[in-house]
Amino acid sequence: MTMLADLVIAPTVLAMHAPVLLVIAPLLVGAATVLAPSGRFAWYMAVATSAFCLWMGISLAMEVSQNGVVSYHMGGWAPPRGIEFRIDALNSLAVVIISFMGLMSAIYAQPAVEREIRIEKRPMFYTAYQTCLAGLLGIVLTGDAFNLFVFLEISSIATYVLVALGAGRDRRALTASFNYLILGTIGATFFVIGVGFLYAATGTLNMADMARIMEADSLHHSRVVQAGFGFIVVGLGLKAAMFPLHQWLPPAYAHAPSFVTVFLSSTATKAAFYALARFMFSVFDPTFSFLEPVFLYVLAPLAAIAMLACSFQAVFQTDVRRILAYSSVAQVGYMLLGLATGTAAGLTAGMFHMANHALMKGALFMAVGAAALNASVWKVSHFNGAAARAPLTFTGLAVAGFSLMGVPLTAGFLSKWKLLEATLAEGWWWAAVVIGISSFLALFYVGRIMQAAFFAKAEEGAPEIKEAPFVVLLPLWLLAGLNIVFGLNPSLPLGMAEAGARAVLGVDLNISGGAQ
Amino acid sequence: MEFVLERYNYWIIIVLMMGGLYIVFEAENMIKKLVGLGIFQTSVLFFYVTLGKTAGGTAPILVETGGHGDDHGDGHAAEAGHGAAAVAHGETHAAPVLHEESDVAHQLETVEAEISEGVTELAPNNVDGHASEAHGAQAHGAQAHGAEPGADPGHVANGADAHGAVSDLPSPEFIATPHAPSQAVADAVYGQSGEPLHMVAGDIIYSNPLPHVLMLTAIVVGVATLSVGLALVVRIREAYGTIEMDEVRAADIAEGEAEGDAA
Amino acid sequence: MEEQFVPSVLIANIALMSMLGVITIAIIRMTSLFGIVMLSGVYSLVSAAWFQAMDAVDVSFTEAAVGAGISTALYLGAMLLTVRKAKPTKGILKRWAPLLVVIGTGSALLYASVDLPAFGSLDSPVNTGVGMQYMEVSPKEVGTPNVVTAVLASYRGFDTFGETVVVFIAGVAVILLIGFGERALAASNWRGREDDDAQGDDSHLILRVVSKLLIPLIVLYAFYVHFHGEYSPGGGFQAGVIFAVAIMLYSLIFGLKAAMTAFPPVWARVGAAMGVAIYGLVGVICMLNGGRFLDYDYIFGPPSGEAHGHHNWPQITGIIGVEVGVVVAVACVMITAFYAFAGRTPEIRDEDW
Repeated sequence: MTMLADLVIAPTVLAMHAPVLLVIAPLLVGAATVLAPSGRFAWYMAVATSAFCLWMGISLAMEVSQNGVVSYHMGGWAPPRGIEFRIDALNSLAVVIISFMGLMSAIYAQPAVEREIRIEKRPMFYTAYQTCLAGLLGIVLTGDAFNLFVFLEISSIATYVLVALGAGRDRRALTASFNYLILGTIGATFFVIGVGFLYAATGTLNMADMARIMEADSLHHSRVVQAGFGFIVVGLGLKAAMFPLHQWLPPAYAHAPSFVTVFLSSTATKAAFYALARFMFSVFDPTFSFLEPVFLYVLAPLAAIAMLACSFQAVFQTDVRRILAYSSVAQVGYMLLGLATGTAAGLTAGMFHMANHALMKGALFMAVGAAALNASVWKVSHFNGAAARAPLTFTGLAVAGFSLMGVPLTAGFLSKWKLLEATLAEGWWWAAVVIGISSFLALFYVGRIMQAAFFAKAEEGAPEIKEAPFVVLLPLWLLAGLNIVFGLNPSLPLGMAEAGARAVLGVDLNISGGAQ
Repeated sequence: MEFVLERYNYWIIIVLMMGGLYIVFEAENMIKKLVGLGIFQTSVLFFYVTLGKTAGGTAPILVETGGHGDDHGDGHAAEAGHGAAAVAHGETHAAPVLHEESDVAHQLETVEAEISEGVTELAPNNVDGHASEAHGAQAHGAQAHGAEPGADPGHVANGADAHGAVSDLPSPEFIATPHAPSQAVADAVYGQSGEPLHMVAGDIIYSNPLPHVLMLTAIVVGVATLSVGLALVVRIREAYGTIEMDEVRAADIAEGEAEGDAA
Repeated sequence: MEEQFVPSVLIANIALMSMLGVITIAIIRMTSLFGIVMLSGVYSLVSAAWFQAMDAVDVSFTEAAVGAGISTALYLGAMLLTVRKAKPTKGILKRWAPLLVVIGTGSALLYASVDLPAFGSLDSPVNTGVGMQYMEVSPKEVGTPNVVTAVLASYRGFDTFGETVVVFIAGVAVILLIGFGERALAASNWRGREDDDAQGDDSHLILRVVSKLLIPLIVLYAFYVHFHGEYSPGGGFQAGVIFAVAIMLYSLIFGLKAAMTAFPPVWARVGAAMGVAIYGLVGVICMLNGGRFLDYDYIFGPPSGEAHGHHNWPQITGIIGVEVGVVVAVACVMITAFYAFAGRTPEIRDEDW
């Protein structure tokens, strides 16, 4: 075990700069990727940076778990004057998830990209991917509210173009991307307005400093702070596909290149969700008097509606990617329900489910994309009898699908269980009913795909589905396997989620040297 | 009435914001949507910049006056007149006056005549001698005096900081921007008309630089989004033959239904 | 103890703000895209004037260059490739959903405005907080007279790095979506106007001579804006935009082909990446010398500890270094976007115009 730890922990000189390296490595290598001579070479670069980011991310998480909060002062300027990267247990979980899913989808990318992206565009495509990864990592690392906006925009603009490149296959990708651009920019602008309100009330941009000043001056009576909360939640909620702000998500996931769908579904909404949790629990305090009714009467009902309505919509879709996309919105509802309790247990459940959802949705979209590598198969009926032809791909899909339904012995079951515990502790019996119904609906929509793949007979003249190549199966099976591993022994993600909740809710938020 | 006077700027900005947002939602034409988005984003710039504006303030640019550190003590002799005197005598004549604000420039001309009187009134003890010296130091000393009892709370904080931080400045002293003098002059006039003296005390009021920095970022982000949006619009026009949202949506739905039938 | 506004500032404020309101209403009602785009340029210009009145000189400069300049050029370029008229929309009252959202947002804003600090207040949290500290500490710690530059490039230099990346990724996006305009260049039916120009149409003689004189001056001005950014409004972004404008002017007068020969699209692509790399490498050099990312005090090695003299050279070098990165990235991306739009075969037929 110590051998492993030695391998994982980065050398001091790298570890010292790990927070910033997580962002600048993909950015600088991404810029260099523009000059890559071929798509294949650009792919090597993308995989290398993603692996480097994962290494740095794990090393950082271990550092945080051993020594507590890590604060990295950009330019050597102490906050609040300078920008700070501030990593506690909550972001270290998010960093590990995003960099891990980044690596998995980067490995997966190569065959899909060679099928879907024109050859001269591939190097720049990987540039956009790496920039997006850097932006998402920046969102979860930064401790400065305005800096978060900058990273939000970096990742968003990269996302718009990544989605739009699905146009080579389907022109609807363009509309999906344009709609996402409009809504995403409105969301980001709402976020800036919200940050502006908080800045107007506190005079600082550092998130920990904001929290300290709001606490010290009991600013929660100020209407400015209250409206600031609203605008920030709407802005980030748009990015996180919080119901009813999710309209952009299904078309974007359905028409983007399949690698992009895998990457976005397992990272982008997760980063936004983390930011939402950070603002709700760390910058604001769930015990603020104005927040209790908001959590109880706005967030919790919205989460419940998302879980029901979007699961229901998923049942009636014919396009597999749309099924999974609507399911994603419903799953965001689960996570939000956790946050809406306003308790440490709820936050833990939300973060735990976020981690599990990244694993299962990543695997599911990978399997669906893998099936489409040889033929354009996106309809449920296209999958008829496919499991016989591509057993490995579809077994992976089945494992992740079981996790999504919440079958016992999978990670998905455990996080739903945690959520149930957290809501029942609040006396929210209705939440138990909603979770039950939503899981039942998941049984239908995932079951349809599986039924078609495993039990239906292939039609005559249906598109030929082949087994996916090794680079696709490797990440797919790693993710599917992790769904089982964490279903049997959840101590790693659950422990990190618990530590995150403790760090945010249990410990004093004062930042050292924040006032100087 | 005071309530309205303090807040009307926010309300105008809110109206502009709503206008921009309305265009985004209302327009079916994609380019018009983007224009609306631009207006919406620009109104956020207004909001931040409004937050950072200080009454009687000037742009946050310090200008090096060439005075050196050893003059530090001088400024303590007189408060009120020095800053203004230094500014009036040194800056308005010597420095190239880049009046970006024509209104302030106008202000300057009309009040310039009054200055010398005003200054002598406010600082009877030998203004002329000081004014011929390196004026930076004088303004500087005066600035440190902002911490005097009697100054308003906001100023005490500022002044105290200035004392700690600015006064052990090794060498370069900074006072106003090229167009700051006119502002300081205006301040001097207010001082005469019975307003609190600390306004003329050489404690040049700057507007807050931080919102400006943030909004520079926002402008650049805005143009980046715009160029991506327009590139998408061009592609959509090529793919669909229209850039009206409702027509594109109808085409998409038709396509989706056709696929559904095929499946 | 309220500070007073200079009355003229207040008058300018109200006048400019009401102009902005009128322009917004006009845009809502218009269907001619050309008119809308022009009005949006006017809107930017008026807001630039308003920023002047509010002391935000750097913001004003940037808004004028970016909002009124580049944005309008991009709009026109895109319009040329699409349509000239928007379809008239249904009346305001028939579209109640957007109206409802807008009113909801507006009332949330109004709700908050009651507790916002008074306009111009000196003791608001914003004006007693971090922002004003910069005024006092930056002369000692950074030493550029333009405090906005100090904050932009040093204290919040990391934001500006992110901003450069945003510009870079936008350039990448434009290339990925509509290319460099190489399609139009390759096409044999190269648009007529440039061909006429290339053959030496005498009617543009004065334009040609004047612009040949003007372009070096514009480039020179770009350099001035860049290197003087520490002392006066301006800096990397504005300089980059001005530099791009020089190339655009050249392209307008001498044709896109000539411009692409003078400044090949590949340069623009490489340059955009270079800009990000320069900015990042300045930061990395500081890291290699033992400081944090972008800690310019370490740019020549660990700081000696002795008080710096008249100029704080490490900081100034760092600021100029990163601003070079910004200039290169911004100029190249803007040129890229211009080439991309200008080089696309126009969709608009003559009858559409």
